[in-house]
Formats: sequence, C-alpha cells, structure tokens
Amino acid sequence: MNPVNYLYLAALLFTIGASGVLIRRNAIVVFMCIELMLNACNLSLVAFSRMHGNLDGQIIAFFTMVVAAAEVVVGLAIIVSLFRSRHSASVDDASLMKL
Amino acid sequence: MSTTAVHSLWITAAQPLDKIQAPHIEYAQLAPMIIVFGAAILGVLVEVLVPRRSRHHTQMFLAVVALTAAFAAVLGLAAGGYGTTRAGIAAMGAIAVDGPALFLQGTILLAALVSVFTFAERRLDPSADGRRVDSFAAQAASVPGSDSEKAAVKAGFTTTEVFPLALFAVAGMLVFPAANDLLTLFIALEVFSLPLYLLCALARRKRLMSQEAAVKYFLLGAFSSAFFLFGIALVYGYAGSVAYARIADVVDGTVQTIDPALAATMGNDALLLIGGAMLLMGLLFKVGAVPFHMWTPDVYQGAPTPVTGFMAAATKVAAFGALLRLLYVVLPGLSWDWRPVMWAIAIVTMLGGAIVAITQTDIKRLLAYSSIAHAGFILAGVIAATPEGISSVLFYLLAYSFVTIGAFAVVTLVRDAGGEATHLSKWAGLGRRSPLVAAVFAVFLLAFAGIPLTSGFSGKFAVFRAAAEGGAGTLVVIGVISSAIAAFFYIRVIVLMFFSEPRPEGPTVAVPSPLTMTTIAVGVAVTLVLGVAPQYFLDLAGQASVFVR
Repeated sequence: MNPVNYLYLAALLFTIGASGVLIRRNAIVVFMCIELMLNACNLSLVAFSRMHGNLDGQIIAFFTMVVAAAEVVVGLAIIVSLFRSRHSASVDDASLMKL
Repeated sequence: MSTTAVHSLWITAAQPLDKIQAPHIEYAQLAPMIIVFGAAILGVLVEVLVPRRSRHHTQMFLAVVALTAAFAAVLGLAAGGYGTTRAGIAAMGAIAVDGPALFLQGTILLAALVSVFTFAERRLDPSADGRRVDSFAAQAASVPGSDSEKAAVKAGFTTTEVFPLALFAVAGMLVFPAANDLLTLFIALEVFSLPLYLLCALARRKRLMSQEAAVKYFLLGAFSSAFFLFGIALVYGYAGSVAYARIADVVDGTVQTIDPALAATMGNDALLLIGGAMLLMGLLFKVGAVPFHMWTPDVYQGAPTPVTGFMAAATKVAAFGALLRLLYVVLPGLSWDWRPVMWAIAIVTMLGGAIVAITQTDIKRLLAYSSIAHAGFILAGVIAATPEGISSVLFYLLAYSFVTIGAFAVVTLVRDAGGEATHLSKWAGLGRRSPLVAAVFAVFLLAFAGIPLTSGFSGKFAVFRAAAEGGAGTLVVIGVISSAIAAFFYIRVIVLMFFSEPRPEGPTVAVPSPLTMTTIAVGVAVTLVLGVAPQYFLDLAGQASVFVR
C-alpha cells in the first residue's frame, strides 16, 4: 500500500485532535485530543521513515512516546489538583484572571 | 524505496552485528549541560535521603554550586576558543558548541543563578507557626483551604522540589539553543517546559490562581508542542533527515546524493513550507510573540513571582537562541519565505504588546505585556539576517534577562495582608514610603522603556541598528513608535510611585534577606554597566555571533 495514504490519515487525525482542543471544554478531553495529535505525528514520522528507507523517523516516534508519557504525568497531576480544588475540570470555569 | 530494500533494512537490523561502533561523546564540551543534569538528579535523591529540616539548605547549596560550576565550564570552553576558532559539533551531531550557544548558555546560567536566590528567599512571607516560609506551597497536593493544607503548614512542610525542578528546566534550556538536530530540539523543549508547568502550580498564596495558570500554560504549551512535532515530521519527510546541516543542504538543493525517495519529497515544497511554519509556531509560542501570546499574561500573573522572573528571562533567552539557529542555519535558503512572515509577526508583537499593556491594572500583567513587546523588538533583530543581527539579539537577551529578574524580584517585596500587592493602585506613593525600592524599580522601568544610560537603550539601539542595516527600515520606525507607546505606561508607573499620595491602607515593603538583595543588586548593576559601558559586551556578543554548521 502506498505510504502516502498513511500521511493523509495522520493529517486527518491531527486535524481531529486540533479541533477537539479548540472545541471541547473538559481539560481531560482537551488533553486527550493533544495526545491524539502527538500520535498523528508518530504515524506521519513512521510513514516518512518508510518512504525514505531510514530509521530516523521510527527512533523519533519512540522518543515521542516517552515525551507523551512524561507529559501525561505532569498534565494529569496539574489537572487533578485543579479538579480537587474547584470540583470541575472545565477550562471555561478557570477564569480568575480574565481581563 | 522498494519493499525489498526496506525489508533488507529490517533484516540487517535484526541480525547480530559483529561490532557496534560506540558513539563518540565529547564530555568536556558538553560539561555545562552534564553538570546541571547531574545536579538535578542529585537533587531528586536529596529529597529522598536528606531529613526534611535540612533539605532547603542542601538543595539551595546544590543548585548554586551546580549553576556556578556549569558557568565556570562555559567560561572555560569560551576561553579555550570553542566559541570562535574551535567551534564544532559534538555528541554525534546532536549538539553544536559554538559562539551563540556558549553566550546564551552563560546568560541562562547567570539568570538562573540569581533566580535561585529569589526561590530560596524565606523572609518575605510572615512566618507560619514560628517557621520561616518561602513563596512555594507547603504541600502542592493538598487542596487549597483544606484541613490537610493547614496540617501541612503546621508541620512546616515546604516544596523543596522546586530546586531540582528549576535545575531540570535550566538543563533543558542549555540544550535548546545548542541543539543541532530537530529531535534534540524537541526533547530539550519538553525537558524545560514540563518542570516549568509544575513550578507554575506551586504558589503558597493565591493557589487557585496559580493552579489555573499552570493548567492554561500546560494545555497551551502541549498544544503548541504538538504543532512543533508535526512540523518536525513534515520537515523530516521533506529532507529525509533531522540533522540541521543535511536539511539546510536539501533546502538549498546542494545535496550530493539523491535517492528516488528524496527526489520525490524534495519536489514537494508544501512539506517544507507547512513544516517550517509549524516549527516557527512552536518556537514563537515559547517566545510569546503576538498571535501565540495568549498564555503569557495569565501565566505570568498566576505563577509564583520568583518563577515568573525565572521563566520570563531564561525561557525567552533559550527560545530566541533556538529560533536564531533554526532560521540562520536550517532555513537560510528559505529566507525569502520566512522574512515577510516574521516582519508581520514582529510588527503585531511590538504594537500589540505595547498597546494592550496601557490598559493593564496589575503590575505582573503589565510586565507580561511588556515582555511581549520586548519579544517584538528582539524579533526585529532576528529579521536582520546578518551577523550584526545575531550579536544584537544576543546582547539584547543578556540585558533584558537581568532587568526582568530584577523587576520581578522587586514585585515580591511589595506586600499586604493577602501576599504580594500586585494591583497598580496599591503602588501609589510607594516612592514616599520606601524611596530606595521605588528608585530601584524606576531604574528597571527606565531600562524596559529604553532610556539612555540603561541596558535597555544599548540593547534597543543595537537591535534597531542591525535591523536598519539589514534593510528593515520600516520595521525600525514601527519599533520606535511602539517604544514610545511602551514608554508611556512605564513612566506612568513611575509617576504613580513618586508623585501621588500614598494610601493609608497601602502595602508595606518587606525587608528581604541578602539573597533577594543580591538578585536586585545584580540586576541594577548589570542594567547600569550595560547602559554606561556596553562596548565590551557588544564586542563579546560580536565575537560570539557565528553559528557553526
């Protein structure tokens, strides 16, 4: 199968993730959409790696997974602490500093 | 590439190799980064092994020693000629050791050193249950206002983890402007961003605001780094490599061997243009340039003030270093495409930051918008695309980081019952009540405004001259206009401090320990020295302005 098709899929997933970040209001869902974007990046990296016949893209995909895991650790800690003090994970409710 | 060729790649990878070449790592040239990473890991161990009552001093000692040692290593490398004649690529092509990298690493380390002093300050907050406390939460996991928080305060807990977190962030920032391939760049970005997200959430007072700032910074930061990563994927797809030199060759069309796959992707300019734009987007987010600046005021206001100072100074230095290297080393062949875009961004950043700052009523938000305007001024130097452009940006970053850290350190001193009194109305008449603090803050504001005899003037002059010589005259005119707009609100704060009556229930100025005093004194000293006698440092930045390829 032509690897370019995987690039289209990656672009589609990335767009779904990006629109999710902009549309959804729950911090956890927003965060999941960001993870979807990172996975779309991984898919395109691996597809490009296949097209070019070198392994750089696959190595980067491994690094991205580790970074995504570290981001989950930090992100969930911050979101959970916000949820515990406000009893809401909505990104619209967090507006103490709105001008 | 054919299926059989790829298949043979897997087979080769799966077969046992007789001899794996060990990578050659130049440890001496990587010493600054290794020292700071090592100290950060030691700091995590200190949290485990050292009893709670002596952790604060141990952590602070470790952080100060590590940053000083790393700075000494940077000086040693610079003295050994690694910034000029012996500049080169280290760590199998991952890290560049050259003039701009060493200059920016030195700036980041000095800025981090004086920031760590403000992190360690324990005389400003009134003591809780007879113990001196710093500006960080007793226990970050406890819910604000809950019994568990009260118990943590009563037990005298402090979040000493801020020191290793800051060291991890500094280590990432050291790698960021020196990264010589896109993978290292991305990892460095995450290594310095993740600790900063956490540091933002750790304020002792106004914890809801602090947590809100952290969530906003985290979600937007992760969003922008996803764009950044997709940009990396597209540029990798275009060039078939993530090494800067290789990408630059492919962009220029001077690459030696072209296989069919590369020939196919090289023909597709959309990959390069969209990928390059996404890379720029990620870096401009960290810089705080205008279409991507929305996080800046909220995060600067909500984060603990020592963290804000550190973040405002060091992040900007690191991000501009990476931006310079990306534009000057990787994408010079594309400068006809990126220059108009950067022009537009510089103009809206300068004007937007300056105009919106006028309406601000909170001193931390005011400084946040001022930092956005300053990002615009620095972008004017980036656009010059000449060696003078590089050296002027390096000098501006050095000058700006100390003014910023000093100004935020002064903000920590002005307090009332609720913690720091950041509303501007409370600063009225501060000059009558404590002339010294108000005078010091006035020096920083004049430097922000770019008044002669302060570092702000030398920096702005260097940047605008480089931009004008680089053919960006219009940009300089707009820059001067927005400097004038910006000067209006800096002067307004000075007038407010010195020429209005103090309020009866106004804030008090806390007497800090020698730590914060050192930070402010260093800030004032650097501001005046770089303003009165900038030539030596301009020459230094000039010598350091050649990127290695």
